[in-house]
This record gives sequence, structure tokens and C-alpha cells, in this order.
Amino acid sequence: MSTTTAHSVVAPGRRTRFVAGLLVVIYALVTMVPLAWIFLTGFKTPPDSISYPPKVVFEPSLEGYVNLFTTRSRQTPEYMESLPPPQTWYEELVRSRHMVIAGPSKFGERFLNSVIIGFGSTFLSVFLGTLAAYAFSRFKVPLADDLLFFILSTRMMPPIAVAIPIFLMYRTVGLSDTHLGMIILYTAVNVSLSVWLLKGFVDEIPREYEEAALIDGYTRLQAFVKVVLPQMATGIAATAIFCLIFAWNEYAFALLLTSGTAQTAPPFIPTIIGEGGLDWPAIGAGVTLFLLPVLVFTILLRKHLLRGITFGAVRK
Amino acid sequence: MAEIRVEALKKNFGEFTAVKDSNFTVADGEFFVMLGPSGCGKTTTLRMIAGLELPTSGRIFLGGEDVTFNRASHRDIAFVFQLFALYPHMNVRKNMGFPLVCQGMPRAEIRQRVEETARLLRIDHILDKPVSGLAGGDRQRVALGRAIVRRPMAFMMDEPLGTLDSEFRDLMVRELRELHNSIGATTVYVTHDQLEAMAMADKIAVMNHGVIEQFGHPQEIYDRPATMFVADFIGSPPMNFLTVAGGLAPGARDVGLKEARIEVPELREAAPAETLMLGLRPEHIRLDDAGPLRGEVFGTEYLGTTQIVTLNVDDTQLKARLAADVRLREGETVGLSLDTARLSLFDAASGRALASARDDAVHAPRTGTGG
Ligand SMILES: Nc1ncnc2c1ncn2[C@@H]1O[C@H](COP(=O)(O)OP(=O)(O)OP(=O)(O)O)[C@@H](O)[C@H]1O
Ligand SMILES: [Mg+2]
Repeated sequence: MSTTTAHSVVAPGRRTRFVAGLLVVIYALVTMVPLAWIFLTGFKTPPDSISYPPKVVFEPSLEGYVNLFTTRSRQTPEYMESLPPPQTWYEELVRSRHMVIAGPSKFGERFLNSVIIGFGSTFLSVFLGTLAAYAFSRFKVPLADDLLFFILSTRMMPPIAVAIPIFLMYRTVGLSDTHLGMIILYTAVNVSLSVWLLKGFVDEIPREYEEAALIDGYTRLQAFVKVVLPQMATGIAATAIFCLIFAWNEYAFALLLTSGTAQTAPPFIPTIIGEGGLDWPAIGAGVTLFLLPVLVFTILLRKHLLRGITFGAVRK
Repeated sequence: MAEIRVEALKKNFGEFTAVKDSNFTVADGEFFVMLGPSGCGKTTTLRMIAGLELPTSGRIFLGGEDVTFNRASHRDIAFVFQLFALYPHMNVRKNMGFPLVCQGMPRAEIRQRVEETARLLRIDHILDKPVSGLAGGDRQRVALGRAIVRRPMAFMMDEPLGTLDSEFRDLMVRELRELHNSIGATTVYVTHDQLEAMAMADKIAVMNHGVIEQFGHPQEIYDRPATMFVADFIGSPPMNFLTVAGGLAPGARDVGLKEARIEVPELREAAPAETLMLGLRPEHIRLDDAGPLRGEVFGTEYLGTTQIVTLNVDDTQLKARLAADVRLREGETVGLSLDTARLSLFDAASGRALASARDDAVHAPRTGTGG
């Protein structure tokens, strides 16, 4: 096991590298511009956000963020006059629009739901996937190939194709609009990916490692936890990111199956209404905040991801 | 420390038989080598002794106890794998201490044991390094260290030197044997390299296609091969074979070639008419103008102190090991005589060596210091 990474035999020439670099930059720009625009919109005032031509240079405002977290009501000038002076900067901001804060918005709850459901289903998918992958890789599982194919086949149609049966099923058993229901659903979708990805990683770990531990007196479970699991870290990290990204961003099922207690952020954000239509700065702010957890998670696991994303090809 | 006894051991993988009816006993403290070509079932045998594979039939005894169906963890055996199997997420110290942690040994004692073992193997200076950056020889020593730190009843080693380059291998061969002499634990060592086997073993089992063809001291195996396979597999260059006229009765003392009769050790059984073969090692051939054989020099290969001379005798090519200072021209015809007492006779049909006076020589077992 050497520490060197794999290189192509022929190092690319300068021109090739330049063209490749240019393509990457162009691609990055194309994908970054919408994100940047959303990010900027979050710091605009509602009039700035819908002005034409669009404003690239504007005076930043936190109004979008304030609107995201609050519900407000418009009041008569007389009533506004009668109020004591505002206590906080955000109260002042709201009053400048002739409104008062009526209470917190639902965004906090929806965001928390996303965290619970996203991370919960990711944990479950990876946990089940790790155990299944280990079993498929190490033991003589009867009909292993057929089972693996069956597991993969659950991804051969778009999940939304079974939306109606799932909707009816969930309503019958009372899983509609529950955290558990959404966690089970996302886990069911992700676990096939997780089993297949992780099996590749376990296959790469020589059996001798566990056998050495077994001979030294450890049980199979101890050998798995102490010897195999640490070496699977890369694969687990990569798999977890894929699972989280799916569960975090899923929109269609969330829209269909959740409406209240368990609603996640994706179906909620586009429904944020301001005066006279959609509150674009609040939406921009919501999307920006919504992106953060996956971004942080990915950055934390980046070291593993870079190696893991090659699916074990250069794991050594 | 323990004796290892294997009785009628057999292993099938589906239709395929990897090990056929193996029987042998490794005495307490012996260094036993299983030698054979790739795929002959050495690793499978070793894994069955260690408990990593269950035999299809047969029994395994460790220190007199039947362990055939014991789990690997309940056999008190240490295993050194060909690829070392050092845990990449632990440093050298953790790797070596890992078997002790399992026994619930106090940390201070583990530390002391690991350091003691590391000093024995001269790796105490790398104890706190990660294993990923180690050179081949050091990895080898760490793997050995992890095995001996536990002081098990027996060691299993599966081609532990297979991945080292030849220079290092020679060094490790010597170190391994010295280590064995100092700790004296029963060892089963698997290799396909006959030089390793000859240099280290107290006893050797030569395997082929799942069958142990011969079991004995290294010299015995070299001087009195029991089968043509063993004769051919051991020795470099291997034993020469000459087809000779057969149909001999017990007590015969010579065999007929095309134009000559060759003296051989006195036969103890009848020789077959059709398939008799004379086996002679390269060093059993001498240049001798008065000798019974004539050979034409085909080529020479200079090796420093000796040279390997290829000779055409009776339409067969023989390789002879001669002193390096003898000058021979290609095409030259030379007279040859043979070291009568050490010649072997085989029945080529069964591959078996015929009983003869060759077998009377007695060999002293290897003394403690080895070599
Ligand atoms: N788990 C298994 N399933 C099926 N066949 C196997 C299995 N393990 C070993 N074999 C077969 O059994 C035979 C003996 O294998 P074994 O590993 O014991 O050989 P070996 O003597 O150690 O060879 P090498 O020098 O290549 O390591 C080989 O032909 C191998 O293909
Ligand atoms: Mg082997």
C-alpha cells in the first residue's frame, strides 16, 4: 500500500491543462451565477429585488432575513404613532415599512424538520448500508447476486412514479406528515445507493485484516468495528454526502406528503409571501441559509470525499 | 508451545479438492515448512490449522487437544499474512499491542511487552510511526512482532517474505531462523521458494496438487526424493532424468543405457520394464575420461565457483555442476562418471522412487543453531 496517488501515465501538456482549466472556470461560472444571484437577492430590499433592469449594485439590507423569520401586519399611521419607540434594529426595519412584527414565521420549524429528516435518513441509510454491504461482501449470502440486483432495481424508476400508492399507503397507516414517515421514505430511496457504494469499499479491504483480528482473539463484531470500520471511513463519508444531498433537496415527496408538522424547507421556501406577491429577498435568504448545512457537511468531509468519489479506485 | 498433528485432513471447494488427505506431525518447537508450487493447497492447509477455514474432513490437534472445530480466536495461534495485514489506521505500537488489548492486559504491561518485542526485532525506533510509510522489511518485522508479542502456542506464516526483494529476503531468512532459535515456538511456514525452505526448515513437506509428496528433513528431501516431482522441484538446476532399460530384479546393481551400463545403489524391489528412470543431480556428474558415459558439451553457464555444463548424453540433455576452472569447448566430447551411491531410480509411470541402497544413508537432524 503506497501513499502515492494514481497519476495518468502521460502527464497532460500545458495547452491541455490550460484548456481544461478554462472549461472548469466556465462551468463554475455557469453554475455559480444563479447561486450568487440568490445570495445577492437575499440582501436586497423588496423593491430592489424586482426592479428592472436588475440591480447588481445596491445598498444591502437585512430585510429579507427579517421577513424570513417573522410574520408582519400593516397598521394605520395613527396606530404606528401610538407605539413606543422600537426596541431592536429589526423592529425598526419593519416599522419603516409601516408594519409591526406579529410573530415568528414557520421557517425555523421547517428548517429543523429538514435537519431531523435529512440527517436522520442519512444516518439510517448509511448504517443499514454498511451492515448490508459488509454481509454481502464477506458472507455467503444465498442468492446474493439476485438480492443485490433487486436492491438496485428499486432505483430503476423515478421514485415519484409511485407517489400515489405511497401517498395512500402513508395516509392509511398514519405516516403522512410525520418525521418518521419521511425518514423511512428517504432511507428506502437511499439505501440501495448506500449498499452498492459501500459494498465496493468493503470489497477493497482485504479479508486478512479481519482474519488477523479474529486470530488475535477478537469476535467478528469487534473485528468489524475496530478494523474494518475505520478503513471504511472514506466510503462512509462519501456515501453519507450523497444520501444527505438527496434527502435534503427532495421536493416532490415533501410537497405531497407533508403540509404541517413535518414539512421540510424545500416545499416551504417557495411559499413565502410578502405584500403583493412572492417575497423574493426572504426566499433568497431562505435558500442561502438552506444551502449552508450541506455546504458545511461537505467541507467537513471534503478530505474523505475527494478520495471516496473515485469509488475506491485509488483508495490506497 | 505445542505439537501440531494433522490427520487425514481434506478440503473441498465445491467440486475442487484443494487438500487431499494430509497427514503430518510438527513436533513441539520445530520449524516446519510447507513447500510447493502455486495453487497446491499450502495456504488452505495453513488456514485450516489456524481455524480460518473449516476442513471438509479430518482432524487437527494442537498440543494434544482436538481443535478441528474451534474458532480461530480459541486456538492461541498467531498468523503472519503474506501482505502483512498491518492496520493502516494504527501506528506501529498500536498494531503490535492490538492482540494484547484483546486479552485485557493492563496498559503498562502492554507497553512493556511491545517494547521488549520491538527491541528483539530491532524496530524500537519506529514504534510511534504510522505503518503506511514503512519499508518492506520493517513492515515484515512489525507483522512478526504482532505475532510474537502474544507468545502463542504456534506460529503460522504464509509466504511472509514473498513481497521482499531477494537481497532483503536473504537477510530476513537468517533473522527468522535466529528468531526461531531464540524463542523456539512451533512454526508452520509456507513458501514456494525452495531456497527459503532449505535454509530454514527442520522439516519440509513438499506439496503438489493438494497432496504431500514427501515429508522429511531438508537433506533427506534433497538426497532421497520420494517422487520425481520432488526431485524436479527441489534443487537448482533440478535433478536430471535418463531413461534406462528396466525389467530388473531386486538386488540388481547396474542399469543399461544405450551403450553403457551404469552402476546404481542396490535395488530393493523389482524395477518396471518400460518406465524406469535414472535420477542424478548435477553435482553427481564428474568429468572422467575412464568413465562409462560419453557426453557432448552443449553449453556452459558460469556461476563463479562452479559452472553448469549442459551435456548431450543419449539424446538427453543433462546439466552437470563442475568446478569453474575446467575449460570446456562447445561440441567437445567428454568422458563422465557418476556418484553411484547417490543415484535415484524412479518408476516414471507412478513417479515414485524405487527402494534401493540409496535410502540407507542416515541424516542427522538440524542442530539448534541452524544453517
Ligand atoms: N475460497 C476458495 N474457493 C474456491 N477455491 C479456492 C478457495 N481458496 C483456495 N482455492 C483453490 O484451492 C487451490 C489451493 O489454494 P491455496 O491458496 O491453498 O494455494 P497455495 O498453495 O497457497 O498457492 P499460492 O502459492 O498461489 O499461494 C487453488 O487452486 C485455489 O484456486
Ligand atoms: Mg498461498
